[in-house]
Amino acid sequence: MEAKPRWLNVLDILTAIFFVAAVLLVFVYTPMERTMGQVQKVFYFHVATAWVGMLGFLVAAIAGVSYLVKGERKYDIIGLAAVEISLVFFFVAIVMGSIWARPIWNTWWTWDPRLTTATIVELIYAAYIMLRQGIEDPDRRARFGAVYAILGFISVPLTFISIRMLRTIHPVVIGSSDPSAEGSFNMSPKMRVAFFFSLFTFSMFFADLLWHRVRMGKLAAKVEELRLKVSA
Amino acid sequence: MIRVRKLVKRFGPKIVLRSMDFDVAAGEFVALLGPNGAGKTTFLRILASLSRPALGEVRIAGYRLPDQAAAVRRRLGVVSHQPLLYGDLTAMENLRFYGRMYAIDDMERRILDVLEMVGLANRRHDLVRTFSRGMQQRLAIGRAVLHDPEVMLFDEPHTGLDQDACAMLDNVLRAVAARGRTVVMTSHDLARAADLASRFDVLSRGKIVASVQRAEMETTNNLLAFYRQAVSEPEASRG
Amino acid sequence: MDEQLSVSVEVPRVGLRAQTANFLRAMWAVVWKDLAAEWRSRELLTGMLVFALLVILIFNFALELDAKARASVTSGVLWVTFAFAGTLGLNRSMAAEKDRGCLDGLLLAPVDRSAIYFGKAIGNLIFMLIVELVVLPVYSVLYNTNLFSPGLLLVILLGSVGYVAVGTLLSTMAVQARTRDILLPILLFPLVLPVLIAAVKASGGILQSVPWEEVQVWINLLVVYDVIFVSIAFMFFDYVVEE
Repeated sequence: MEAKPRWLNVLDILTAIFFVAAVLLVFVYTPMERTMGQVQKVFYFHVATAWVGMLGFLVAAIAGVSYLVKGERKYDIIGLAAVEISLVFFFVAIVMGSIWARPIWNTWWTWDPRLTTATIVELIYAAYIMLRQGIEDPDRRARFGAVYAILGFISVPLTFISIRMLRTIHPVVIGSSDPSAEGSFNMSPKMRVAFFFSLFTFSMFFADLLWHRVRMGKLAAKVEELRLKVSA
Repeated sequence: MIRVRKLVKRFGPKIVLRSMDFDVAAGEFVALLGPNGAGKTTFLRILASLSRPALGEVRIAGYRLPDQAAAVRRRLGVVSHQPLLYGDLTAMENLRFYGRMYAIDDMERRILDVLEMVGLANRRHDLVRTFSRGMQQRLAIGRAVLHDPEVMLFDEPHTGLDQDACAMLDNVLRAVAARGRTVVMTSHDLARAADLASRFDVLSRGKIVASVQRAEMETTNNLLAFYRQAVSEPEASRG
Repeated sequence: MDEQLSVSVEVPRVGLRAQTANFLRAMWAVVWKDLAAEWRSRELLTGMLVFALLVILIFNFALELDAKARASVTSGVLWVTFAFAGTLGLNRSMAAEKDRGCLDGLLLAPVDRSAIYFGKAIGNLIFMLIVELVVLPVYSVLYNTNLFSPGLLLVILLGSVGYVAVGTLLSTMAVQARTRDILLPILLFPLVLPVLIAAVKASGGILQSVPWEEVQVWINLLVVYDVIFVSIAFMFFDYVVEE
């Protein structure tokens, strides 16, 4: 059993410190937004979580390509880890978006292109996980997972384009679905600092979680191997 | 005809074949025996180009797998324990379909010859769905020999057949083997295998643990004893 | 004998034209086989058609399809019907390959895997188009309209091509899973969404006779999506069938 890598410990601690710093920056350092008030603070974390979701989506697709090319098991573990993390973060992003949208757009939900696309990504993740659960053979499971992650990565931007076109051809009557219209604001320098700091912190958080999850996946594979050896 | 060196196959963390060597000369009929889960079917699927080897060399008629798979497939006839036939097509139509896939010349005549050989000429316009298990299995052999392959692979061909059907199947198998084809057949039915094969190999724990020529065997009982010994001794030497 | 065999044998080079001929022959053999089997049993088409009509019936009550409502929702109703009936057909067509091990039989043949993919996809497309060509007149009669216009037929063809291209690939994956009966729609719908959106919008535009330029935008998009989906599906088919 290999020990937890030292750099992972370092990353754990750094992430924790940065996280506290980010919270402090957002709640203490940044000025209150004039029209939206408190609820605008959600924005810093909302964008950061959505960013992590996208990052996971990208990592899963790259891991998928790597798996199909090289056939090494570690890429499968990375792909699954990225999807699981991304699934949670996108969900958090959608919930935070709703919390913000309720007072600002006066509704929990609109069929805004970004919101809809985020939801579709969640559905694709759900399908990805269901697909994996339905397959016993580990190699086939990895291959199908890789193919599906890549297909999703190609399809989602097309969906986004389609929904965007839908809105431009048929202007929406009730409210505006684009944040640039209602609920938009200009960031002050202080806000900008907090925003990018929070983006960076969450990226670090993502890397940290991914590392943990991949390590766990590798250990699980090892356990399975040992169990086979004992039973053989 | 078949040459396998240091073949390794894994299913995830599980190693099914560990550095397996296996040779078959042209015209040999090898029965591959072994306990359940020894990797017989996996090995046959690798020879059939349906499954990729993790490591090692596999050559059939000189062509390397998996990169020269198309050339191998043209020379290979496979009968698995599933019939690989379409229930909603007639015997004739099934063979016609596979004939097109293999680009066979003078197809109609060849199909009739094959149906004659497996004893299904009078049922050629009936749906395969209505066939008994034994008839389906014989048609499956017809499908496998349609393109006149040099090498044939049989995976447990007797599974699910009654005595009469087995006897008829054996006649077809003999007819197939009599034409100088190279045959590898997996089986756990020692008595049937003893009647058909010219060589017996035992696959156990991912390797060939023993091999014996038919000429060295006197009776079926000897084969049984040979098999028992091979399976029970982990380090049994070859041949 | 052994000595001789250990020397590498060169695979004979086959000319491009012979290769193309082989590809087409194998592809049409697969299409022919699917059509002949369906002609015998008629299970797949009957199932798809009855299901499609039931979906329209349910929509009729759910949406109160009076003349006014119909104008705006017809294209949506049609595409939901096609998509649902389509998954039924895709599942059935692939399950037939899996049940008697026929997929292995196809893979054992010395033909390019893409010939198998395109053969299955063309078969599926034909079944889907047949269902669509029955649904259109039935819908027209039931609601006393005429849905037959060259524009709409073109959109339906383009939409079906994209749908079947992804659907054939995913159904090949789904039949190899334990949960194969429920898996296909879950895998397929979120991925094929761009095709469905463009198809619904283009059909809706044609049915409400909006200016052609507005419809054309969607048709162009459909063509682009079809090209993308057909090419990626056939690229990945190898990975889905090989072990």
